[in-house]
Amino acid sequence: MNAIDIKNLNKSYDNGFKALKNINLTVKKGEIFALLGPNGAGKSTLINIICGITKKSNGEVKIFKYDNILQYKLTRSLIGLVPQEIATDSFEKVINTLKFSRGLFNKKPSQDYLDFVLKSLDLYTKKNSQIRTLSGGMKRRVMIAKALSHEPKILFLDEPTAGVDVSLRKTLWRYLNKLKQTGVTIFLTTHYIEEAENLADRIGIINKGKIIIVAKKTDILEKLGTKKLIIKFNKMVNLSKIQKKYDLKKIGKKIIFTYDYKKQNDDVSNLLSELSNNSIKFEDIEIEKSNLEEIFLKLLDK
Amino acid sequence: MNIRGIQAIYIFEMSRAFRTIAQSIASPVLSTILYFIVFGSAIGSRINDIDGVNYSSFLVPGLVMLTILNQSVSNSSFGIYFPKFSGTIYEILSAPISPFEITCGYVFAAASKSIIVGLIILITSSFFVEINILHPLWMLFLLILISVTFSLFGFIIGIWADDFQRIQLIPSFIITPLTFLGGSFYSINMLPEFWQKVSYFNPIVYLVSAFRWSFYGNSDVSIFISIFATLLFLGFCIFLIAFIFKTGYRIKT
Ligand SMILES: Nc1ncnc2c1ncn2[C@@H]1O[C@H](COP(=O)(O)OP(=O)(O)O)[C@@H](O)[C@H]1O
Ligand SMILES: [Mg+2]
Repeated sequence: MNAIDIKNLNKSYDNGFKALKNINLTVKKGEIFALLGPNGAGKSTLINIICGITKKSNGEVKIFKYDNILQYKLTRSLIGLVPQEIATDSFEKVINTLKFSRGLFNKKPSQDYLDFVLKSLDLYTKKNSQIRTLSGGMKRRVMIAKALSHEPKILFLDEPTAGVDVSLRKTLWRYLNKLKQTGVTIFLTTHYIEEAENLADRIGIINKGKIIIVAKKTDILEKLGTKKLIIKFNKMVNLSKIQKKYDLKKIGKKIIFTYDYKKQNDDVSNLLSELSNNSIKFEDIEIEKSNLEEIFLKLLDK
Repeated sequence: MNIRGIQAIYIFEMSRAFRTIAQSIASPVLSTILYFIVFGSAIGSRINDIDGVNYSSFLVPGLVMLTILNQSVSNSSFGIYFPKFSGTIYEILSAPISPFEITCGYVFAAASKSIIVGLIILITSSFFVEINILHPLWMLFLLILISVTFSLFGFIIGIWADDFQRIQLIPSFIITPLTFLGGSFYSINMLPEFWQKVSYFNPIVYLVSAFRWSFYGNSDVSIFISIFATLLFLGFCIFLIAFIFKTGYRIKT
């Protein structure tokens, strides 16, 4: 089943700026979906429209088959949102702000569940502290706890790790993976490619309001990625003939052979046997896969 | 109906008031006491009874009205403006709660607060002057009706405002002057005929007059006209808020 179904979605802001152009996107139940794109691409706009904070211009958004405007009470009760900017009520106690969120979403009070959320986000000791006394990273976790306080089926995180230090980022990734195990669908935006690479099942790339590609992470890497075979020699060698034939790049005592992720032809073995036929001895071989970063830059270049 | 959601907003707003108790309760009480000292004791001793009521006692309903109008408007305008300003409004906008329910939460909380402050002032003033309330139920009814109406009005201001200055604008340039000119401190009958006529265009005159009637039994205008005028204003505010939510005006981009 699809958790999110978006059809022909457009958004023009009041000043006439077209922030989203004919977006079509589905997110499957139980997956982690990462929307990747540079600043100003329209990521927040898309999330805000799904969650009811921003009005769409036209198109359709469905959450588990229900229209997010016609049946907003139903769809919103299924959604938890962690917005991009930290916004908290400084003088509230952590536990009270969670109770508030849970009530707002029309859920029966449950001290046990809120305690469980606080514990899993490592906030339990801060339960009775005023939010203003917490560190930035804790505040962000409070926002996540608020979004989870009403037991949503889909969690939206808008750039959850922007400005967050490395160790906290890793902790958060682990936590989101655990959350996924409980069946929660996770939709996150990021401009850190590493984040999408580590976390996501599927990745969408958005640029200037348009979705460029949506695919399984592994597919994107396979379809658009390249591999590099790096061969190191222990002395300078003359390879001009082979170098031309395989379009090799030569850097000092190294040659680099770049080939498609998918194209599993015989080039690699041919190259290696040709080297040995010519009695050229090499010291070491290395294979480098291209990462999403390079793919991303390549796509945006187009 | 998302009753729990309304409750959540109500509790949030009330706990904000109790957290800032000095500002939300002590300060209106203090200023009322000052009014009593200045107008009641110092000046009032030289003013004759009005319609058979001692001037200091005559002041009480007007002062309560002055306070609850200001309290209602500022409580609810600030209540909804602040989340817009701080960004925490995102949560209310993304929650399964209807505009009507949101309004209920903020308006009931603001009205409760001003009713509490109004009653505290009433009790405080009973230490200074003799008060008797001829129609206590009417008094309570008017207190509630007027608090709710002006809390709703304040809620609209809070939604319309996009800076703090605008929050202050209407209370200080419209509500306060109209209340001062609306017979809080005098009877309209004490004015020259021309200014009496002008006063009838001031809606606050009707509120103060009706409220004073519930205390002492005499009024400048009929209580039913007063209630009708208040209900009319309430209806206007409800219409306005419905229109605002329908268009998403100034809340959603
Ligand atoms: N309220 C608004 N009015 C006009 N333009 C806006 C508004 N909000 C965002 N935009 C513009 O829409 C584009 C997309 O913004 P946003 O969705 O925040 O991007 P992202 O989250 O990918 O960084 C940006 O160019 C931004 O300037
Ligand atoms: Mg953004």
